[in-house]
This record gives sequence, C-alpha cells and structure tokens, in this order.
Amino acid sequence: MSAHPVPIAHPMHELKYESISPSMGRVGMWAFLASEIVTFGGVVCSYLLLRLCHPEWIQHSSKTLLPIGAINTVVLLTSSLTMVLAHHSAELKNVAATKKWLACTLLLGLLFLCFKGYEYTHEIENGYLPNTAVFWAFYFAMTGLHGLHVLAGLVTMAYLLIAIKEDYRLTAVAPVGLYWHFVDLVWIFLFPLLYVTTQGA
Amino acid sequence: MLNWLPENISSFGKNIDGIMYLIYYVVGAWFLLAEGILIYFLLRYRRKSHPTAAYAPGKTGKAMAWVLIPVALVLLCDIAIDAKGTAAWDELKVDMPDTQELVRIEGRQFAWNFRHAGSDGQLDTADDVVTNGQLFMKVNDKVKFELISKDVIHSFFVPNLRFKQDAVPGRKINGWFDATKTGTYGISCAELCGGGHSYMQASLVVLSPEDYEKWLKK
Amino acid sequence: MAEEMNHAHPGFIGTYIFSRDHKMIGKQYLFTGLFWALAGGFLAYGIRQHLAAPHSPTLGHGVMSPDFYNTVVTMHGTIMVFWVAMPILIGAFGNFLIPLMLGADDMAFPTLNMLSFWTFFLSSVVLLASFFVPGGAAASGWTAYPTLSVQQGVHPINWGQVLWLLAVALEFVSMLLGGVNYITTPLQMRAPGMGLFEMPIFVWMQMAASLIFMLSVGPLVGGAVLMLFDLLFGTGVYVPEKGGDPLLWQHLFWFFGHPEVYVLLLPALGIIGEIIPVFSRKPLFGYKPIIWSTIAAGILGFIVWAHHQFISGLDPKAASVFSITTIIISVPFSIVIFSMIATLWKGSIQFTTAMLFAVGMIAEFIIGGTTGIINGSAAADVYVHDTYYIVGHFHYTLFPTVFYGTFAGLYYWWPKMFGRHLDERLGKIHFWGTTVFFNMTFIPMLLLGLAGHQRRIADPTIFPLLRNVQYLHVIATYGLYGMLAYQLPFCWAFCKGLVGKKDAERNPWRAATLEWLAPSPPGHGNFDKQPEVVAGPYEYSKPEEKEDFIPQWKPQEAL
Repeated sequence: MSAHPVPIAHPMHELKYESISPSMGRVGMWAFLASEIVTFGGVVCSYLLLRLCHPEWIQHSSKTLLPIGAINTVVLLTSSLTMVLAHHSAELKNVAATKKWLACTLLLGLLFLCFKGYEYTHEIENGYLPNTAVFWAFYFAMTGLHGLHVLAGLVTMAYLLIAIKEDYRLTAVAPVGLYWHFVDLVWIFLFPLLYVTTQGA
Repeated sequence: MLNWLPENISSFGKNIDGIMYLIYYVVGAWFLLAEGILIYFLLRYRRKSHPTAAYAPGKTGKAMAWVLIPVALVLLCDIAIDAKGTAAWDELKVDMPDTQELVRIEGRQFAWNFRHAGSDGQLDTADDVVTNGQLFMKVNDKVKFELISKDVIHSFFVPNLRFKQDAVPGRKINGWFDATKTGTYGISCAELCGGGHSYMQASLVVLSPEDYEKWLKK
Repeated sequence: MAEEMNHAHPGFIGTYIFSRDHKMIGKQYLFTGLFWALAGGFLAYGIRQHLAAPHSPTLGHGVMSPDFYNTVVTMHGTIMVFWVAMPILIGAFGNFLIPLMLGADDMAFPTLNMLSFWTFFLSSVVLLASFFVPGGAAASGWTAYPTLSVQQGVHPINWGQVLWLLAVALEFVSMLLGGVNYITTPLQMRAPGMGLFEMPIFVWMQMAASLIFMLSVGPLVGGAVLMLFDLLFGTGVYVPEKGGDPLLWQHLFWFFGHPEVYVLLLPALGIIGEIIPVFSRKPLFGYKPIIWSTIAAGILGFIVWAHHQFISGLDPKAASVFSITTIIISVPFSIVIFSMIATLWKGSIQFTTAMLFAVGMIAEFIIGGTTGIINGSAAADVYVHDTYYIVGHFHYTLFPTVFYGTFAGLYYWWPKMFGRHLDERLGKIHFWGTTVFFNMTFIPMLLLGLAGHQRRIADPTIFPLLRNVQYLHVIATYGLYGMLAYQLPFCWAFCKGLVGKKDAERNPWRAATLEWLAPSPPGHGNFDKQPEVVAGPYEYSKPEEKEDFIPQWKPQEAL
C-alpha cells in the first residue's frame, strides 16, 4: 500500500514505522524551525515597516557598534563552519572529532555572547536604553531574542559534549547543527538591518 | 431577523441594509437547505428504518459532484455578495463626495468632543463651534470629518446612520456621513477603551436648515 | 541503550506527574483544560448575570464595577480560547489519539511532550496568579489592543497585563513544543503499511492545525515581547507619542488570531470525522477532497486577517481584497461540511451520545458559518463590527467546535481512555439540555447586535436605544443558567466513568481505526504486538464482506 517497503526502526522507539526520513530529529527540527522563521520574520517585518515610516531613526541606529557587530558576524559564521565539521565527524561515527568540533563551536558561541555583553554594557552606559527610542526597543528585543537562542544552542551543545557516546546521541548532532545554522542565519539578517544600513548618516 | 435593526437615517445606509438583506436571504436559503437535508438524512437513515448502509466513499468524480455542484453554487453566491458589497463599501469608505460641512471628532477617555468648522469651512479658525457630547449637523448635508483620538483606540458608532469608524491615537482618519432625517440620535463607542467605556456616549443632533442657521449664529 | 529506558518502571512520579507517556500527558491536558472550563464558565456566569441586571450583585462579588467587568470579559475570552479549547482539543485528544491511531508506541519525542505539558501548567499558574496582583488581572480584552493595554493605570506597572502576556507567551511555547510532536509523529511513525492517505482524518486535522498554529503564532510571540518592553521599561513600540504604532499589534494579533480559529476548528472536525462514519456505518465521504480543502482553507486563512480590522483605520481599498478572500473561504469549508452531511446519506445511523454531539456540532456550526458572511462583507461589517452580533457569531462557531467537539470525543473515546463507558442515558439528557439552552443563550445575542448593541459595555441600560431590548439579555442569562445546569448530568457521568470496574471491550463501537486494536485502556507501549495496516481507515459496509467493516489492522492472534 505504501511507497516504503521496509519499515524503519528508530532509536528510543520499540515498534517499526513507515517514515518519510530515517532521522526523527531532523523532521522535528524542521517543524520547529518553521515556527522560528515566522517568529523572527514577524519581528523583522514589524521593524522594517516602522523603520520605513521613521527615517529619523538613523540618529539612533548610527550609534550601534559596527566593528563589534562585524567581528561577531565573523565569529558566528566560523562557528557554523565548525558545526559542519562536527556534523561530518558524527556521520563518520568519530566521537573524539565530533566532541572536538562541538567544543570549538561552543567556545565561538560563548565568544559571541561576550562581545554582545560588551556591546550592551557600552550602550547602557551611554544612555541608550530600550526606552530611549523605539529603535532601541527593537534593537534590544531582536538581539536579546537572538541571544537567548544562542544561549539555548550552547546549553544543548554542552549537554551533547557530555552525553555523546559511540552508540548514543550521535544522531542528535545533525538536528542541533540545523538549529545552529538557523541561529547564524538570523544574525545575517539582524546585522545589516540594525548596524550596517545606518552608518554614515 | 433584520427587522431588529434600528431606523436608518442616512443615504448610504440604504445600501448597507441592502447588502445585509441580500446576504440574509441568500445565506438563509442555504441555511434552511443544509439543515433540512441534515435533518432529513438523520431521520430517513436512522438504523430503525434503514438497517444496512450503502458503500459510498465518494471516490469517483460522479459521487463528488453531489458535493462540488452545491459548492460551485456557493461560490456564485459569494461573487454576487462581494460585487454588491464592494460597491456599498466604496461609496462610504473609499470615495469622498463633495461635502458641505467639516467637523473634527475627538475621542477621549471617556467622551466625544466635536469642533465644527462653522460657516468658513476651515478648522481652527475663530468661527469654529466647539461642543462636548453633542454633534450638530444640517439635515441632508454631507459632513466631512477628521477623526482623532487623544489616548486609546475608540470607535465612533452611530447605529441609526449605519456608521462606524475607529479613532486611532496618532492618526487622523478622514471620512464622511450624512443624515436624511431631523432628530436626536445616540452616538456610542464600540471599541473597549477602559473602565468608562459604556459611559462614553454622545448624541447626534440633526437640525432642519432653519435651526441649523440659528445654531451657527449662537 | 534507549530501549532499556522505555521498559524501566517509571514509579509514581514518573507515571502520574512527570510522565513521558502520551496517554498520561493527554489526560493531564484534559483535566487541566476541564478545570479551566469551570473557571471560564463561572466568568461567563458573571458576565451574563451582570448584563441581565447591571445594578444587582453577582454571586461571589457584589455589584461589579465597570473595571472589574472588563477584567471578567477579558479573562473569560482568554481562558476559553487558550486554556480550554487548545489544551483539550489539541493537547488532550491529539496526544492521546495520534500515536494510537498510527499504531505507534508513543509520540516521536516523549520528553519534549512532557516539557510541553509542564510549560502549559506553568502558564496556567501564571495566569491564575494574575488575578491576585495589585490592580487585578488584565482588563483590555482578550485581544489586548494597545494603547489601552499599555496605558499606565493607578499602579506604575500594570502587573495584570504583564502576567497575562507572560502566560499567553508560555502557553504558545507549550503548544509549539507540542506541535513539533503532532507534526513529526504522523510523518515518521505510521505502522507498516499505512501511507499518508491511509491515516485517519483526525490525524490529518491535528497535523494541519499544528502546522497552521506554528506558522502563524511566531509574529505574535515577537509582538508580545515588544509589548512586555512597553509595559516594563516604558518603551513605546505601540504608543504613537513615543514613535510607535498601535495598529502594528492588531496586524500581529490577527495574523495569528484568524488562523487560530482554524487551529480550534480542525481538530473538532477531525473528531466528528471519526465519529460520523462509525455510527452511520459508512466510509467518510470524500476523504481526499476534505484533506485538500482543509489545506486550501489553511492557506487562505493566512490572507484574511484584516477582516477583523475593516474599520480600524486600515486603507479602505485593502478592505475589499480582504473581504473577497474572507468570503471565498466559505468554499473549502462548504466542501468539508457537505461531505460530512453526505456521509450520512444512505447510512444506518445509530444515535449514541457521541453521534448526537457530532451531528449537533454540524447543525450548530452551520449557524456560525452562515452568520459569519455578514461580518465578512466589509460593507455590512461597518454596522455589525464590534457589536453583540459578533459575539453571537463567534460563539456559534467556537462553542460547537470546542464543546460539542470535546463532548463527542469524550463520549466516543472514553472507553479507550479509561476502560469504562460514560453513561449514555445521562449523556442524552446532557446533549438535549445543552443544545436547547445553548441556542437560547446565543440567538438573543445576534439580535442584540442587530439592534445596535456594541460589545463589552458594562451597563447597556444607560443607552436609550438599548433599553427596549434589555429583555434579550435576560433571556440569554436564563439560557446560560439552563446550559450550566445541564452540565451536571455530564459531571455525574464523568465521575462515574472514572471509578468502578474497567469493563469496556477493545472495540465497543466496531470501528476500523487502529486505536481500537489496543487494549482499553492501552498499557505502556500501547500495542500487544507490532500492528500492520492492511486497509484504509473507513471501510464500512463494503459489499460482499462478512462483517460490516474491515479493520485497518492485519488480524493478530488473540492473546
């Protein structure tokens, strides 16, 4: 009756199933990311709509720290590369290499948060608080939401670093990688929208 | 059901009532048909009078036609309703006719205030007439309004005119209405605006040409 | 390895509290949702009592102040939509039934499922707490339109609104986590032999509902974060004097709010789509067209949101477009409803309580659907917008969906859930009483709206126009009393159904879907043996067959 003649056995489940993909985690992660895309998409669209009506926001947006934002972009992009390497090692079932690359990703993620923390401190010290202007409300809401996602990714990676064994949780690296690339992608949108389009005003 | 509507006293209200009546009859017929068939099936095919069921999964196009043809008719009705509805909507909310009076309506917690432009037709001039809680207009005049809100969202609702428009803080909304019959009619707020929401009422006073002149001079 | 974890006995806390078993999580959702239904029902009583007699006391509160009335209305709406409808229709039925109908041992991600329930529970606690903060619970309507919702009141921070936002956001997160399971499980965990188009319609509807929810709620979550900023830090994203825009929230809210209606409707259609074929012994008429129509309606549902904002200051030219999409959406839903009615044609209909509630839902929902055409047409909406007509209309869509759907599902699946039957005699009293008084409550509201009665006013008697229709409020209030009274037979049947000998058979209704292969109630792991699927879900009364139905499962030796 079905296109799949051979039912698949998934780890953690007792019975065999018809499945569209051998990886449970990937399908679940795509479903989750679908909702994440519209979440960030909604905030970004709201920001754009207001921004287009208020050219004067440029006074505020030119106060963001462009160099640090740029460094952070590089940091996050590099962490995506190390994540790919971790995923690759996991496919080869190389536990040691997987852990090594995961650790690299984790460190780069931490570095990103440190830079972000420095930026926040700098902005608050200079009196740019969320209620200074609507731009700063969006700035803190968007980067804060993104930062929380980075943090959640780091916690998951820390768990994987401890939990991964030869026959355990290696398959979880792929969906976590998918998530990490998404977090990276969001930043690719935030960086130009909040930092770049505004300089030199 | 529609004779519950209050008396209509505006020129555009006829079309709004018209679209409501159109929908009422079209949809009412569908409603009776659908409920009638549902009840007929339930009685006719209950187990006592129909012990063995037929096998009809509706997989063939011929079987599905029983569903799809009525649905096509539904679509036709939709188009008719949309066509008539769009015309009535455009007349009231999109097109701006030549107007004879100008008034600024301000909603605030919890009152309606009005600034009538007076005979020079300009707002914020010396001959403006400011009234609180009462909006005066001449019968059959088309009144252009500027709707603003001081604090939260309100909605300017005159049931007898079949007219409603939200007042949004930070925006100036332009539009028009008219009234074809003299008298005093209720104005209320139709958008939840806080504790005094239900006390936010005013009245629309439609004056005859003579009374209107007298009021303007006062 | 993983398998050992599944077999280890989880102990009391693992079984009943932090359970990873989809059946227990489903029941947790059910009981939490029913608790909230009591709270929401009590608030409904408060509203009706106050409107019928605005100057006399309401039980447990004395004469309501207008501010408190706003709180009651706000919390009634919020609770019924987010803490009753969603947890019961999706959390309870979806959790309990999806794995069973697919022939799976559990959801795809059991731990995530547990997390989803406990996030929901946390949101319940936050919502409950919001009643007890200074200033009281939120009072700006369930839509929380700014600038009213972010307006500073007597207290420097409007804690009721803050907790409301937090609770709603947590509830969304919980349903998002659940949604990952409701989508992944049907895609990944169908018993061998079951293609996507051999899944019961209920599973399709749950999957579609979750997908619609997950694709629509995100912007509102972001918007809620911004509103929290406005409330806590005094930013002005929604305040024009500070450079924001109050209409932004309306767009974010209704971009989610309209699809949300389908998120509630689809699971209920799924429930009655299971029940009607069984009790008319006929295949579901037009299984695939129903699925395609549902998908079409789901997509259309994303481009109709502005019909909630026809007169909100939106560009009036846009209104015509949204009016057209809105009215066109009647086409796919007509296909679904007509197909359900066609299923009855030449059937052999048995009026169990479940069947009564299922056809009752169709009959009442038709009223909800047809009354909606008036407010869907922008021109007519100018008059009925924000009046009691709207209140009547959406109760005619949501009450049949949520309550008739839930009751139908409970009477039908109770044997599978608890191993006992609900009392059919009490059930029939429950059905007829509810139906009569439901109409008595809500028909007056449609009429009130036409008479020019705006929504959410605490005291209708002060409007001259409304004084001579005040008696309709009184009728509606008596209707509600009747409706509440007729829930007592259900409560009694419910209590009886929880105790006593578990005597339900595996397949008491002679139904074809896989959940009826499992024991009643199913144990840990659900099935005795690997189920295999050999037939579609609705093979009833096939000619030349011995039995009047072919089960989906390949016969297994009796155990």
